[in-house]
Amino acid sequence: MSWTITANLVPGLARGAAVLGTGGGGDPYIGALLAAQAIQQHGDVTVVSVAEVPDDALVLTVAMMGAPTVMVEKLPSLDEVIAPVHALGAFLGRAVTHIACAEVGGVNSTIPIAAAAALRLPLIDGDGMGRAFPELQMVLPTLYGIDASPLAFSDEKGNVGVLNTVDNAWTERIARVACVEMGCSVMISGFPMSGLQARESLVADSLSLSREIGDGITAAREAKTDPVERTVRLLGGRELFAGKVTDVQRATTTGFARGRARIEGAAGTLELSFQNEHLIAELDGRTLVTTPDLIIVLEHDSGEPITTEGLRYGQRVRVIAAPSDERWHSSAALAMVGPGYFGYDTPSHRFDGRVEHLTDDRGGAAA
Amino acid sequence: MHIGIDVGGTNTDAVLMDDTRTLAAVKHATTPDVTDGIVQAIGDLRAGHHFDGEQISAVMIGTTHFINALVQAKHLAPTAALRLGLPATKALPPLVDWPAELVKALSARSYLAHGGYEFDGRPISPLDPDELRSHAADMKAHGIRSVAISSVFSPVNHDLEIEAARIVGEVLGPDVAISLSHEIGRIGLLERENATIINAALRELASEIVDGLTAAVRKQGIEAPIFLSQNDGTLMDEDYVRLYPVATFASGPTNSMRGAAVTSGLTNCAVIDIGGTTTDIGLLINGFPRETSNEVKVAGIRTNFRMPDVLSLGIGGGSIVNEETAEVGPESVGYRITTEALVFGGSTLTATDIAVAAGRADIGDPSKVAHLDPAFVDRVLTRIAARVAEAVDRMRTSPDPIPVVAVGGGSILLSDELPLFGAVHRPDNYAVANAIGASIAQVGGEIDKVYAIEPGRRDEAIAEVRAEAIDKAIAAGARPNSVSIVDFDEIPIPYLPGNATRIRVKAVGDLDMGGPR
Repeated sequence: MSWTITANLVPGLARGAAVLGTGGGGDPYIGALLAAQAIQQHGDVTVVSVAEVPDDALVLTVAMMGAPTVMVEKLPSLDEVIAPVHALGAFLGRAVTHIACAEVGGVNSTIPIAAAAALRLPLIDGDGMGRAFPELQMVLPTLYGIDASPLAFSDEKGNVGVLNTVDNAWTERIARVACVEMGCSVMISGFPMSGLQARESLVADSLSLSREIGDGITAAREAKTDPVERTVRLLGGRELFAGKVTDVQRATTTGFARGRARIEGAAGTLELSFQNEHLIAELDGRTLVTTPDLIIVLEHDSGEPITTEGLRYGQRVRVIAAPSDERWHSSAALAMVGPGYFGYDTPSHRFDGRVEHLTDDRGGAAA
Repeated sequence: MHIGIDVGGTNTDAVLMDDTRTLAAVKHATTPDVTDGIVQAIGDLRAGHHFDGEQISAVMIGTTHFINALVQAKHLAPTAALRLGLPATKALPPLVDWPAELVKALSARSYLAHGGYEFDGRPISPLDPDELRSHAADMKAHGIRSVAISSVFSPVNHDLEIEAARIVGEVLGPDVAISLSHEIGRIGLLERENATIINAALRELASEIVDGLTAAVRKQGIEAPIFLSQNDGTLMDEDYVRLYPVATFASGPTNSMRGAAVTSGLTNCAVIDIGGTTTDIGLLINGFPRETSNEVKVAGIRTNFRMPDVLSLGIGGGSIVNEETAEVGPESVGYRITTEALVFGGSTLTATDIAVAAGRADIGDPSKVAHLDPAFVDRVLTRIAARVAEAVDRMRTSPDPIPVVAVGGGSILLSDELPLFGAVHRPDNYAVANAIGASIAQVGGEIDKVYAIEPGRRDEAIAEVRAEAIDKAIAAGARPNSVSIVDFDEIPIPYLPGNATRIRVKAVGDLDMGGPR
C-alpha cells in the first residue's frame, strides 16, 4: 500500500523515528525542517511498501554522515543531498528508481524524505536497521552480502566522491576520514540494491511505524492517556524502569560519544551505557537488556524521546525495551552489533531478559 | 547608594539600596508612559529616604519592553537577514521557520551570500564583496533600516561577519543598524540567527527607550550612569542596550531570583516564586540562575537565548481549590481574587482562603473561612508542599542538600518546612525582590566555542578560553580584580574524531562604578 508524506506529517514521523533511534541520530529538528522545506518546494513524497518494489528496481540509501552537532551550524543544501544519488546513478550507468533509509532515528529518517522529494522518486517504507546504530556497515543488508560500496558522498561545496571498497568496514573507515576533511557533515548514498535484495534485507514498514508512534504520542497526550504505555504497546516491548536521572558521564573516544547515565527509582538504580545509542541497561548491576534490542528513554509524562546528548540530571524518565528485528539475533549479526563488538563483556540480553548464547552456526538464530 | 527599578507588565517596583541594604522600597502600577512611572517611583523613594541626586552612583533598570514589543509585533524596524555560508545552508534560508505575521511586521528580507567557516576554522568559501554590495543595494531599495548578519560557525571565527558589516555599511550609510550573530548567540546557526534578527528589529525601539529612561532619571536630578538587566542577571550600560536590546528578554524572572538570593544571603539555592497564578521554581548557582540548555521559543521563534531554567506549576494565591480532592489549580481567579475569593466575600474557594483559614495570613475577612474543616485545610497545604517539593527536586542538579527560598505574594501558601528540603527561607522585602535583583551591580562575559583539542593540550585550551571570558567581562565594565569564572561546561561532540569539544565559560565581576563606593 502506498501513501504520501505531506509537510504536516513530518513532525510526527520525526518524533516516532527519534523513539526508534534509541537515543542516537541527534536533534531531529533540522532534519524535519529540511524534509518539510523540500516537500513544500518539490511536492509530496510517495511511500511504497517493501513488497511493492519491483525486482528490477535500483534502490539506494541516503543518509547524513558526520556530527549532528556540526549540522546544526553548517546547515545542508538540497543540492548536497541529491548529489551522491546522481553520482552513483552515473557510476552504475542506470537510473535510480527508489530511495530508502539506512536507519530510523534523528536526521537520517528525514534526510531521505528530503532526497526523495527533490529527486521526485518514491521512498521505501522500510530501513536497513529498524533502529539506529553508530556505524555505516551496521545494517541488515550487510548480512545479506550487500555491499555499502559503491558509495557516493558529497559536501556543500560540490565535492563528490565515489568509493569502491573491498568490504563495508573499509567503506566506513575511508568515508569517515573524508567526512572529517569535508567539514564533518556529508551526505552519503550507497548500498545499491535490486528490488529483490531490498525486499529480502530491509526492515519493512518502519516509516509507517515511526508515524504511528509519533502521532500516537501526540494523540495520547491530547486524550490525557499515557503516551509511554501506548508506545510500549505499539512496539510489543515492556517498560523497564521509571525514575530520575541522577548522573550522566560522557567522554569522546575514537570519535564517538560514549557515556553512562544513572537513573534512580523505586525499583533500584538503572545504569545505561551508550555510544551515541543506548547499548546496555543494568539494574543494580544485573544486565536487563542489551543491543541489538531497543533501549529507549522517554520523558516520564509527555513520552517525548530523549537523545543521549539531551540526557540531564533531574529528568524524570521512563526506560522501555523493545524487540529488534529477529535477524539481528543471528551469530553473524551479534558479532557485528552485539555487546561484544562495543567492548562489553556480556552476552546479548533480549528485551524480555532472555540471554542469547552465541553458537558456532553461521547465520542461524541463536535463541 | 544606587537605585534598582523593575518595570513589569503590571507593576513598577523600585528600591533605594546602600550596597546590599534596602533603604526604601516602593511598588506602583505600571503607567502607560513608562517614563512617568519611573519619575514617580524615584520621587517616592526620595520621600521614603531622602537623597541628593549626586549621592546616587548608578540606576539599574529591568524591563519587559523589548520582549513585549516582539510578542505584540509592534515598533519593529524594517529588517534584513544576511547569512554568510554559501554554498552551504541553502536548503534552510534565514527566517525559514518564522510565523508569517512576524515576517510581515518586520518587512523582513532574507539574503544568502558566500562565506562562513568549518567547525575547525577552515573557510567554507571566501567573501564576495560584489555579491554583498548587490545585496546591500537591494536592501536599500526596499527601505531596510536594520541588518542582521550571521555566518556559519561565527562563534569559532567571526572575522567574516565584521568584514561583511563593513561592506554592507558602506552601501547603506552610517544610519543603518547592524547586528552580528557572534555577539548575540551561541552554536546553532538558525537559533543564533533568529536571535540576531530579533535584535536587529528592536534596535530603533532600543534607542527610543534608552532616551526615555535616561530623560526620566535625569529629570530627578540624577546624573549617574544607567544600566539595564540582561537575561543572565548581569548589567549592560545604555550604549550596550542600544546595540543588544535582545539581551533583556528574560530579565524579569532572573531579577526576582537574584533578588531572592541577595535578600536571603544565599548564593546557591532553589528559589520558589509564588504569584497569583503560578509558582516559578529556579536554581541559583553562585548567585546566578541556572540557564536552560535547550532551545527556547519566543513569540513562536526558535532561539537559544541565555534564559533562566524555570519550572512553572499552576499553583498561586488565586488558584481554585477543588473541595472534593483538595487539589489546587491550575485554574485561577487571577486578578479577580479581590472579588471572587471567600475572604473577599466571593464564592470561589481559593488557595488564599486556605492560607487565611490556616492562620498563615491576615487577608480579607477571616470569618468567611471559619467554616472550613481544619483537616481539609491541612490536606490542601500538605499537598501544595508536596508538589512544590517534588518540583524543586526535579530542578536541582545533584542529590546534595540545597536551601530553598520563597518569595512572591503567594509564598504564604508554603509551609515553613518542605518535604526533602527542610526549613524554607523567607527573606524581608520579598515583594520587591525583582527590583532588588535589578540593583545588583555585576557584569559578565561569556565564550561558547567548539575546539579540536589535541591530546595533552586540554588544560592549555581550557586556560585560553577562561582568559578570553575574563577579558570579555572586563571589556563589559567589570573591575579586573573582582572577575571570577562562575560557569564552566565542556561537552564532547559525538561522531568526530580528535576530541572536538564544545566549551562554554562565563566570567563575572563587580561593576566598576568609577572609584570606590
